[in-house]
Amino acid sequence: MTQETTDRVPLVEMRDIRVAFGGVHAVDGVTVDLFPGEVVALVGGNGAGKTTLIKTLSGAHRADSGEIFIDGEQVNIYTPRDAKALGVETLYQTLALADNVDAPANMFLGREIKTRWGTLNDTAMEDATRKVMGRLNPTFVNFKSPVNSLSGGQRQSVAIARAVHFNARILIMDEPSAALGPAETAQVAKLIMQLKSEGIGIFLISHDIHDVFDQADRIAVMLQGKLVGTVRKNDVTMDEVLAMIIIGKLPTEVTESELEDLRG
Amino acid sequence: MAEATTIEGDQVDERGGQPGEKRPRHSIGSLLRSTEIDGRFLGMVVALLVVWVGFHFMSGGTFLTARNLWNLSVQTSAVAIMATGMVMIIVSRNIDLSVGSMLATLGMAMALLQAEIIPKWLGFDHWATWLIALLAGIVLGALLGGFQGFVVAYAGVPSFIVTLGGLLAWRGVAWWMASGRTIAPMDSTFQLLGGGSRGRIGGTASWLVGIVACIGFVAALIFGRRRRQKFGFRLRPRWAEITIGTIGCAVVLGAVGVINSYYMPESLARQYATQHGIEWPEGGLRISLGIANPVLIAIGVALVVTFIATRLSFGRYIFAIGGNPEAAELAGIKTRWTIVKSFALMGMLVAVAAAVQIARLNAAVSGLGQTTELYVIAAAVIGGTSLTGGIGTVPGAVLGALVMQSLQSGMVLMGVDAPLQDIVVGVVLVAAVAVDSLYLRRMQT
Repeated sequence: MTQETTDRVPLVEMRDIRVAFGGVHAVDGVTVDLFPGEVVALVGGNGAGKTTLIKTLSGAHRADSGEIFIDGEQVNIYTPRDAKALGVETLYQTLALADNVDAPANMFLGREIKTRWGTLNDTAMEDATRKVMGRLNPTFVNFKSPVNSLSGGQRQSVAIARAVHFNARILIMDEPSAALGPAETAQVAKLIMQLKSEGIGIFLISHDIHDVFDQADRIAVMLQGKLVGTVRKNDVTMDEVLAMIIIGKLPTEVTESELEDLRG
Repeated sequence: MAEATTIEGDQVDERGGQPGEKRPRHSIGSLLRSTEIDGRFLGMVVALLVVWVGFHFMSGGTFLTARNLWNLSVQTSAVAIMATGMVMIIVSRNIDLSVGSMLATLGMAMALLQAEIIPKWLGFDHWATWLIALLAGIVLGALLGGFQGFVVAYAGVPSFIVTLGGLLAWRGVAWWMASGRTIAPMDSTFQLLGGGSRGRIGGTASWLVGIVACIGFVAALIFGRRRRQKFGFRLRPRWAEITIGTIGCAVVLGAVGVINSYYMPESLARQYATQHGIEWPEGGLRISLGIANPVLIAIGVALVVTFIATRLSFGRYIFAIGGNPEAAELAGIKTRWTIVKSFALMGMLVAVAAAVQIARLNAAVSGLGQTTELYVIAAAVIGGTSLTGGIGTVPGAVLGALVMQSLQSGMVLMGVDAPLQDIVVGVVLVAAVAVDSLYLRRMQT
């Protein structure tokens, strides 16, 4: 599962990314990387800057400074279109669905299948959506209703389907299980493993430390906009990661009494 | 997940049920559903019929006459043309208050072109005058509308404010263009755009239009069915397809039949008879006027805008922006440019409506189209367009325009005082939206 990361070119490398809102440094000089077939979890408390960091990669927000490399080449990502063109797909925490249109329209939003006359090919899009859904969520049957009439789990399936359908090389998943019940959460975990085995690199943002330990290869911890550190899952304990999240100390720095306090 | 409504859905999910599955309902409901006819649209049609029949009795049998319905169709066309574009504007969470004033500016521009500018180099009544004036008006409409859209999308000024400014400014521009003069007459070919005794296509051509429409409608049904068959999707039951096809054709041909049973007034018919060397028969000459040109234009516009709204990615983007602007942006849609285009389209439609209006009046005045913006918005809203964005249909807006015009013309037939007319229209507008939002709320739970 884990890769030898030293001599290979990372799929994504974000170097010294900074984003400020007014005077507040939401992301303050963060550097992370991601290799093919690897899951890197981004963890941290609320307002740690995880989502903002990831938005600079998905094109939703421009970084004030810093560099992004994909396959070792520097890229400029200014809009979501730029990111998608580079093979970066994002599953947003808010799902980012247009509630008033149906699942196929959402899945192909911005990338519609056209007929040879340049009109929307709704039947082809519905067909493709049925195929993807057959794999992801076979109970999904509502291909014609606006997605606001669907359940949370089904809406999540639509958002996931959109993220995985377009042959992403880099997948950003911001709280993919937030709206899901236990069965569907397990399904998402299975999906992540499958995508990983296909060589896709995944940034996973999660609040659930157990999920993170189940799925991630490496864990990058953020606190107040800064990167505390990136550790291999197999090298650390959950308590040590919690210490990074809460008091911002690396496993090498943290004392036994501090760990005791956290457990207490 | 911020949406509170999803919780119940999840519970259903966990119990292994399929929340998407339709609960069994009464037979009429399920019959309607298998025809896949929009319930709101059907409700509007029923409301319109109630209004019509009501006025017919209250006005002593003068409403549902060929003559009145013919006039109604002509009077509705200008507002209907603009309402189709207003749907797109409102669906994308914007508003255009400037259409009435822009109607005056564009009408004045087209009038000046054909009455004063083009004759200088082509002479009066040149065959191309009407076309040049109309196309110039449409291009100008796209530019003015696009300009407003540009300010909305790129300068971030709310469309309410931008077009409120437009409402004042374009009215001033219209006055200033001719220093308040009335520009008349219009080019003799251009006048045909407005209807009137010459601006219509005659009985035979009207039947032809009706038949072509029927064939097109049936072809669309068959084509749609084939496409779904090809992908192995669920099909509407055959009886439903046949019923829809039959009703659709019956409505179209029935409408043409009614229109065609409005005959030329006797004086015109006598003129026609002498011109064509026909001997005046005993019982009078019955010559169908046929569909009026502005009605044909409105139908054409409605078809084109429906096509744009439902078959082109631009239309899909408009709806997506209305549903969730942030999601549309994240999906990689050029949302700002889409908004500019929607306002440009609105401007073009205002130009078409302006052409119809000045052709019908055979003159342009700077006061043209005052308060029209309110009727256009009301037509779209009565037609089921939601002011919160994301919901609306073009055929609904056309029906809405027809409802508004029916109310007005019905009250005129009944001899209702003008102030009372305004009160009734105002009350109906609010009541229609109240009923619609009740219906929508019921559908969602």
